[in-house]
Amino acid sequence: MSTGLDAPRPMRLPIDTLGATLAVLALAALSLQPLMLLRPNRIAAAQALPFWNALPSGLELAFGSIMTLAALLLVTRVGAKARLAAGVAGLIALGIAIGLSAAHLAPPGNAYARVSPAAGAWVLLFAFALALADALVRMRLSPLGRIAALIVAILVLAGFFASGLWRDLSVLREYASRSDAFSRELRVHAALSVFSLLAAVVIGLPLAIAMRRIAPLRRVLLPALNVLQTVPSMALFGLLIAPLAWVAAQVPGASALGIAGIGVAPAFLALLAYSLLPIVASTITGFEAVPAETREAADAMGMTARQKLVQVELPLALPVILTGVRIVLVQNIGLSVIAGLVGGGGLGVFVFQGISQTAIDLVLLGALPTVAMSFAAAVLLDALIDLTRHQPRGKARASALTSEAP
Amino acid sequence: MIEIENVSRLYGEVAAVSHVSLDVGQSEIAVIVGTSGSGKTTLLRMVNRLVEPSSGTIRINGRDIRDQPAPALRRGIGYALQGHGLFPHRTVAENIATVPALLGWPQTRIRARVDELLSLFHLDPALFRDRMPYELSGGQSQRVGVARALAAEPPVLLMDEPFGALDPIIREKAQDDLAAIQKRYGTTVMLVTHDMDEALRLGTRIGVMDGGRLVQYDRPQAIIAEPATDFVRSLLGAGERALRLLSLTTIEDILEPGDAPGEPVAAALSLRAALSESLWSRRAALPVEKDGRIIGRITRTALEARAAGPL
Repeated sequence: MSTGLDAPRPMRLPIDTLGATLAVLALAALSLQPLMLLRPNRIAAAQALPFWNALPSGLELAFGSIMTLAALLLVTRVGAKARLAAGVAGLIALGIAIGLSAAHLAPPGNAYARVSPAAGAWVLLFAFALALADALVRMRLSPLGRIAALIVAILVLAGFFASGLWRDLSVLREYASRSDAFSRELRVHAALSVFSLLAAVVIGLPLAIAMRRIAPLRRVLLPALNVLQTVPSMALFGLLIAPLAWVAAQVPGASALGIAGIGVAPAFLALLAYSLLPIVASTITGFEAVPAETREAADAMGMTARQKLVQVELPLALPVILTGVRIVLVQNIGLSVIAGLVGGGGLGVFVFQGISQTAIDLVLLGALPTVAMSFAAAVLLDALIDLTRHQPRGKARASALTSEAP
Repeated sequence: MIEIENVSRLYGEVAAVSHVSLDVGQSEIAVIVGTSGSGKTTLLRMVNRLVEPSSGTIRINGRDIRDQPAPALRRGIGYALQGHGLFPHRTVAENIATVPALLGWPQTRIRARVDELLSLFHLDPALFRDRMPYELSGGQSQRVGVARALAAEPPVLLMDEPFGALDPIIREKAQDDLAAIQKRYGTTVMLVTHDMDEALRLGTRIGVMDGGRLVQYDRPQAIIAEPATDFVRSLLGAGERALRLLSLTTIEDILEPGDAPGEPVAAALSLRAALSESLWSRRAALPVEKDGRIIGRITRTALEARAAGPL
């Protein structure tokens, strides 16, 4: 008998909400949006082609069914591994389809024609990449497992490039005509991002430790760094041109060291300036999170100030400091694009060239590797942060409660 | 062993500790009792220079504690603090090995000492050596904290409310463990607590602090029999003085020859427990056994005489 107290049981549809959303997105993109764009030359108006017109005959059916099946799999309440399989299948099928379409559509012998992925392809990429990421989260991979997954993803991507399947895509056509410049700017970009981070750590870490001990230093510097952080990046890059040009002209030997109003120096300095606040702030936060009684125990055991710093405070603050490092690295990889504007090099060179020539493929040649690098850096550092955490989140005391000794 | 001579500590105008003098003899357990804010913890922390005295002198083994740098001094003094203060990023073994490692003991000696201490505190070394502090219960953490304090075999052990965070049953067990280990190593202990029961249970000397002053420092019997001030009396709990006095002595001390009817009581029991048994079982005398043998008896009259205050 049902009484008034019986709460109605909520209907549990055999549907995964996120999966269903992604599937609808993917299917809409597949059926309503063009997969590829074909242009007679770099800047001409494009012809949009849905997948059934873009792929060589016979393959469109295979592609359509793989994508549909993968999308439908996401809708149901299947396990993480099945979702992973759907995500991987969707992405690989998309990668192959784009390559085959490009080869199919590019007029033979015509160096000016450009074939590029269209909105549909990008939405499909987004939907299945999100499904893949969601599956990996649900699998609760260990930090090392996540790094392994990242390496596999990089290898698969490298495989696509090496196979030549994507050779006829417009972005790679742009790459082919400036591969030397690309690898140079890529190195500059990575070096700018990483070395400005390292400099920020070398300066910021001792600075933060000093600021903890010397209150006046903290009262002056922390607001100053805060203000620095609010200066718009374009402005900061530009603002540095004049003083650095002056230094180069006035200080003997400065220009020999590569200091100049434009070029790498202002880019490096601006990145360093933006990096300092997150590093200093996270170091201070990390040190403040060390429990007072742990500090007292270190003193009472007879540790010197240096031993306490190295053996107790730094290891305990490390996960929080690394959170700052993660923020800075991801931020610097993005901001390094602007270095291209002040002659500092980096992938921004292609972005700004592309903008001035309204050549979207050239913009992508600069932007896509930047996004990929940021993503890889974030995954890597997140894993590192988890590895340095001494107490797994949420696991605390769980084992203690089950193992009380008599 | 520890000589505290006219020591004061001022914070601005306020004296947290004011003109305190006391001596703790070799292998004694001196328990300092007081309410929060009485200055007892400040007094303790001055012994290993976590707090520097504003005036006065502290000597350990006749040597002024200011004669050597604070870290060197502290490595020779065990310190166990409330809430144990284990290093969360180090295993149990690494935590216990802290001071030996700072002193540069060889690895094999450290390892042997860690295992010895774990066994001493009823923690199976194979099981606990590599655990992290977050994997320990409160009682286990506390034991590891005391083991860490004792690791380098310090002649002096300072304890700041070491059992404060434990529930009553585990606390009694931990107190017994401490008493046994103190006996075994002959360590001189100075312990701070707000709990008079704990002080009476553990202390060979009890100091009572009130408002930064040491108002009484004496043997437990004397504290109960002649509390120096109303404050000491209130800490003792006026209604329980007779029973507290009885709890300090075991049956063995007032054993008399002869026999008595009924179930025997163990010789190691406190007089308080013996009186309780005598009242409960309506017997004027109880037989006393030791090692399975009746060794004499104890009478209620004798118990009453021991519980009586001074005339």
